[in-house]
Amino acid sequence: MTIDVAKIRADFPILERRIGDAPLVYLDNAATSQKPKQVIDALTDYYTRYNANVHRGVHTMSVEATEAFEAARAKVAKFIGARQPESVIWTRNISEAINLVAYSWGDANVHAGDEIVITAMEHHSGIVPWQQLALRSGATLRIIPRTGNGRLDMDAARKIINSKTKIVTAVQMSSVLGSVNDVKTLGKLAHENGALILVDGAQSAPHMPVDVEDLDCDFFGLSAHKMLGPTGIGVLWGRPELLKAMPPWMFGGDMILEVSYEKASWNELPYKFEAGTPNIADAIATGVAVDYLSALGMENVRAHEIEITGYALKRLTELERVEVLGPTDNADRGGIISFNHADVHPHDLGTALDRMGIAIRTGHHCAMPLVRSYDVVAAARASFYIYNTTAEVDALVEGIKQVERYFQK
Amino acid sequence: MMGGTSGLEQLDEMYESIILDHYRNPRHTDPLDHADVDVEAQNPFCGDEIHIQLTLDDDGKVQEISVSGRGCAISQSSASLLSEMLEGKDVEQAMEQITLMRRMLRNDNMTEEELDQLGDLVALEGVKRFPVRIKCALLSWTALEDALQERKGK
Repeated sequence: MTIDVAKIRADFPILERRIGDAPLVYLDNAATSQKPKQVIDALTDYYTRYNANVHRGVHTMSVEATEAFEAARAKVAKFIGARQPESVIWTRNISEAINLVAYSWGDANVHAGDEIVITAMEHHSGIVPWQQLALRSGATLRIIPRTGNGRLDMDAARKIINSKTKIVTAVQMSSVLGSVNDVKTLGKLAHENGALILVDGAQSAPHMPVDVEDLDCDFFGLSAHKMLGPTGIGVLWGRPELLKAMPPWMFGGDMILEVSYEKASWNELPYKFEAGTPNIADAIATGVAVDYLSALGMENVRAHEIEITGYALKRLTELERVEVLGPTDNADRGGIISFNHADVHPHDLGTALDRMGIAIRTGHHCAMPLVRSYDVVAAARASFYIYNTTAEVDALVEGIKQVERYFQK
Repeated sequence: MMGGTSGLEQLDEMYESIILDHYRNPRHTDPLDHADVDVEAQNPFCGDEIHIQLTLDDDGKVQEISVSGRGCAISQSSASLLSEMLEGKDVEQAMEQITLMRRMLRNDNMTEEELDQLGDLVALEGVKRFPVRIKCALLSWTALEDALQERKGK
């Protein structure tokens, strides 16, 4: 073990929970992670000690709230390797981050005849905003396919990304297959063709070191709730020169410089994109979540997950009636494993495992086209994080065996 | 070891033997060439699919039945039980059964007489203790109800 899992588990009050008689085995981390007490305490601390609006008052609490809010932004910037904190914009989640780019940058820069390139592994939030931009602009949406073993088809990508391409968007880690995609090469292909790249970091930022400068991407998005933070807050990072040139997307307080009844002028970055009172408490708590992960070290988080995923792949592929949807080799792969049982539908499996305290996700995982490309309508998914153990993988495998026997009776 | 073994016994409340039997051997699955009522339904939450086809005689009585699909044990067994329920019924009687079925899963107070009227369908009663699965049980029933209502409106 590269991280002390027992010590980590003690920080997560929810892991004490029992489901019926059974201890909770939480394996739905790709949907949302659990929160350490440090993050929960940060929320309580803000509301009990210095709840005040930011960027306005001169009173003590407003100053404290503003300092904590902006410090959290700087922490997130450092966490993803962004040089300027002002290039980090708070959003509700990554869906809002992608929508911001599709509306603000997209409406100004994408026109009829242009092409928008996405991958076969995008979450619905990486499909629909671009589909709608294509409909508004008359541009064409093109899709980089996957290979039979659940990887992006990079040869196809080289053909699909061309001089008509305006933007490429790609998940760094698939939320269904667990595949880690070579977004750096996709970015290079985009730039060679004068296009931009948006990297969807919803599943990568929580689980592996991310450096937007090294990736050489143009936009990067994440959701805090998948990385120990609260729900309702996410981040869009963008190259400052791009963000400066983009028009605001939402209008209101805080995002303006000067307002008359006839016109208004816009505040500087990042406030131009943060209309209204922001999500202060959750932003501050996100900073604490980032502190927690940084103290563990993202290299160590990644190493732990490689170990547990390798073990889970070995155990699950030993089950004759179970088929794993994504790559079964552990290279370039994150801790997300989707699978199907030949005799038990994922929903029945999910309900039955829940009786044993084991929480997995079942369904289409907000990626209908990808799941359907495996000729199934649904799948079961187990996904791991820093507090999961190999004993919990054993519990999952034993659980599946019991369910198997139950449905054979 | 983690994960209790006792938990699975609670599943018997939902997966009665009749349900598992209908799941493994669904009834009336042969498709019809011609149908008076033809309806497909999907549950976007879990991707379950159901296809119902019926022929009716001049008095509105069900003649031929075909129900097929793919999905979980609850949605598929419920659809198969629906197909059995339709045998010999007319449209009005079918609508009555659909209403009773819905009430049973909503945990409305049912009289002995009403439960008798549901017959084998009472096997699905346990689903009401698993709220997220009620939609699975009702998928085919809601689809048929919509189709029959639409037909009535014509």
